[in-house]
Amino acid sequence: MSVRLTGRPFLGRGLMRAAVALAYLVAFAPVFMIVVTSFFSQQIVSFPPAGLTWHWYVNAWEKPEFLRGLVMSLQVALLASAVGVPIGTAAALAIVRGEFWGRNAISTFLLAPLAVPGVVAGSGLYMFYVLAEDVLDRDIKATTQGLVAAHVLLAIPWTVRLVVASLQGLDRSAEEAAANLGAGPLTVFLRITLPMMRPGIVAAAMFSFIQSFENLDISLLLVGPGRITLPVAMLNYLQFRIDPTLAAVATVQILLVGVLMAVTDRFVRLSRVV
Amino acid sequence: MASLLIEKLTKRFGASLAVDGLDLSVRQGELVALLGPSGCGKTTTLRMVAGFLPPTSGRVMFDHEDVTSLPAYRRSTGMVFQSYALFPHMTAAQNVGFGLEMRGLGTAERQARIEEALKLVRLSHLASRLPRELSGGQQQRVALARALVINPKLFLLDEPLSNLDAKLRAEVRIEIRALQQRLGLTTLLVTHDREEALTMADRLVVMEGGRVRQIGPPRELYDEPQDAFVADFVGRCNILSGRRENETHFRTESGLLLAVDIGPGESKNATAFALRPERIVIAPGTQGEVHGAVKAVTYLGPQTEYHVRIDQETFVVVRQTPGAHEPLAMLRLEDIVSLQWDRKAPRLVQQTSS
Repeated sequence: MSVRLTGRPFLGRGLMRAAVALAYLVAFAPVFMIVVTSFFSQQIVSFPPAGLTWHWYVNAWEKPEFLRGLVMSLQVALLASAVGVPIGTAAALAIVRGEFWGRNAISTFLLAPLAVPGVVAGSGLYMFYVLAEDVLDRDIKATTQGLVAAHVLLAIPWTVRLVVASLQGLDRSAEEAAANLGAGPLTVFLRITLPMMRPGIVAAAMFSFIQSFENLDISLLLVGPGRITLPVAMLNYLQFRIDPTLAAVATVQILLVGVLMAVTDRFVRLSRVV
Repeated sequence: MASLLIEKLTKRFGASLAVDGLDLSVRQGELVALLGPSGCGKTTTLRMVAGFLPPTSGRVMFDHEDVTSLPAYRRSTGMVFQSYALFPHMTAAQNVGFGLEMRGLGTAERQARIEEALKLVRLSHLASRLPRELSGGQQQRVALARALVINPKLFLLDEPLSNLDAKLRAEVRIEIRALQQRLGLTTLLVTHDREEALTMADRLVVMEGGRVRQIGPPRELYDEPQDAFVADFVGRCNILSGRRENETHFRTESGLLLAVDIGPGESKNATAFALRPERIVIAPGTQGEVHGAVKAVTYLGPQTEYHVRIDQETFVVVRQTPGAHEPLAMLRLEDIVSLQWDRKAPRLVQQTSS
């Protein structure tokens, strides 16, 4: 079926296709370049490649900071999602279903972390942690807990956004039907509302995980010795050396995120939720 | 099955009265339809009966037991929603079984009753399908089975057919009515579709502005409407404003004299003359008291509709049905025709602002 976009269909369609192709090119070019250069054999990236090699992957594997960083990042991302998604979900429920003064203000406030530059949020948290350490007389910065707490701030706005959207699209008459059939409010929530919110929650968990897993700027000041996340480890490496090892690590990172999205998409059609 | 009694039921939303002192009773096994334009309070009434909305005042009683303050999940009504409201993550059988599970029935009995209910709506073969794998009509039948399987005290239907296409709607209408009569279900049906209300209901309640305009069997509301609103809402109707001239005639505002035999129960102070299009006999020529010119001809299939101009202000709609043996005399635009009717056919009613 052909869709006429303008009075001159051929020109219009041609332009449209060119624009789409350009958009894809711009979006995927960096990813493509990273994957390609990770196999280049010379140390300083240049065209054409002198040869292709697995060497940089082996090199990355042999550097303990990368493997430890990966484990650390996975750990933090899992914990931050596990804490942030339930909090965000509860907030989304209150925002959509509750009837109280200041709902909109709370909604805006919870989305605010998306608008604050990561470095600013990171420095702010760093100073806050220093003060809190004084008051509480215990370590917070440079601890896993401190880092996880910071990453929870990444998870909450994403969760609120996605779960609010899924709640607004939810057919409330299904809940009424359940009540009509004899289900009390708690049963209705557990058996009907929660399962119907599942796509939104799954998507929120995935995005929270990716946001945390890839985060560099907030983590920068909050990591401690032996508790370096993968993006920070990569930056550290970059300060002393520049070779395709980083491209190799990045390729692995991209692969992980890609697999995660593909798996999530099997459970919920992401294009329908996001 | 229980009977339903509604007393002085009122619902106020802020400044507006959605339902204004409604009194209604539904006998055991009876199907009563609430009919009215959107915003007339019919859905609000149904939701108060189901327990989804607390009334501002008044009482709802099932079998003389006051349920006004009971939450929806303690009322044991079986409701079919306009959107069907199936649980999207459960199969047809699980949907049907949900109410039984809430009643604490054992697996074996539950299974037997689910099968029975699905058989009732002829869906046994689709028990393990998810709602999204079913057609609209099939989803509708799952919703019916789910509401009926719990043996509800009251069967509540909220515009149950409005999401079906025209042909299916006519079929399901008959099917639901047959089921309702066979099982003796006390039923409250909300609809804005007059055909649906006329064909399904034992009694019809025409509502407007939160109040009841008229209650009665469909035939009574159609043939003996009490005011112009009811006359117009339950079917196509010619309504002409004016006043009674004498025992045999009504004079319209434009001065036309129309023949009428005033029946018992018709107000002497009536302000409108109501006559159904199909009760008028149309013929070429100028014999008779009323005649005019054909201004529009609409072929409807079983009937043909004519718009006839009688004077500057008066248009009359006439519907003619061909007899079993003779075809219709085809009239053309601008033909001069005379209109005649049985003197008992028109009703003199109160004009209403709308």
